[in-house]
Amino acid sequence: MTGHVFHPGHHELHGVTVVLETHGSRTYVGRFDSQDERGVQLHDVGVYDAGTAEGSKEEFLRRCDKFGIRSEHRELVVPGVEVAGIQRLIDRVR
Amino acid sequence: MPYNPALVAPMRQEMTGMGARELTTAADVDTALGDQRGTMLVFVNSVCGCAAGNARPALRLALQHGVKPGEVVTVFAGQDLEATSRARQYFAEYQPSSPSMALIKDGEVVHFVHRHQIEGRSPQAIAADLTAAFDRHFAATV
Repeated sequence: MTGHVFHPGHHELHGVTVVLETHGSRTYVGRFDSQDERGVQLHDVGVYDAGTAEGSKEEFLRRCDKFGIRSEHRELVVPGVEVAGIQRLIDRVR
Repeated sequence: MPYNPALVAPMRQEMTGMGARELTTAADVDTALGDQRGTMLVFVNSVCGCAAGNARPALRLALQHGVKPGEVVTVFAGQDLEATSRARQYFAEYQPSSPSMALIKDGEVVHFVHRHQIEGRSPQAIAADLTAAFDRHFAATV
C-alpha cells in the first residue's frame, strides 16, 4: 500500500522490512526503525556482501523473501552517507 | 516475559472465533503436527497491532474462499512460549517471525507467509495471496 503509514506518528517505513543498498559491497535486509543524523537504524538485519558471498544478491534477496531473514545484527545503524537506496523487500523481489 | 493475558484475550478470541484451535503447550503442538495428515494452516499470532492487526482479518477473509485448509491451529508468540517454540521446530527451515503463517500438507510445509509479507498491506491484499496459495497447494485435497 504505497503511502500507507504502517505505524502512525513514525517514518512511513517504521516496522517494515526493507532492503538497504549501500554505495559499497554490502546490502542489508532488516526492519526499518528510524532515520536521523546518525543514519538509518535497522533491526534484525541480514547482510549480503558482494565481496565475500558465493551467490548473487538477487538470490540472497529471493531467499530472504522465501525463508525469512537470518539475522546477523539485532540492531544496526547504517551511516547516511553510505545509503544508496531503500526499498521494501516485498517490492524489491516481486 | 509473556504479555498480560487480559491484553491478548481479544486477539485469541479473534482466532478462535474464525474456527482456529489454540495450541498452548508443546504437547498440544506435537499432537496436532506430529503426524499431520491432510491440510492445515498454522497461524503464529502476535500482539503487534499493525502487522497482526491486519493478518487476523486477512485470514478470516481467506477462510471464506472455496478452497481452504482442513484445519487452522494457532500459537501465540510472546505468550505461549513453549508452544510457539515447538511449532517453529516443525518449520525450522523458515526464520521465525510473527505474525506468520505456515501452510502444511501431509506434514510438509508447502507455503510460508512471513511478517514482511504482511507489514503495511491491507487484509484484502494479504487474503488474496493466501487464497492463491490455498488454490495452488490445497485444491486437490480438500
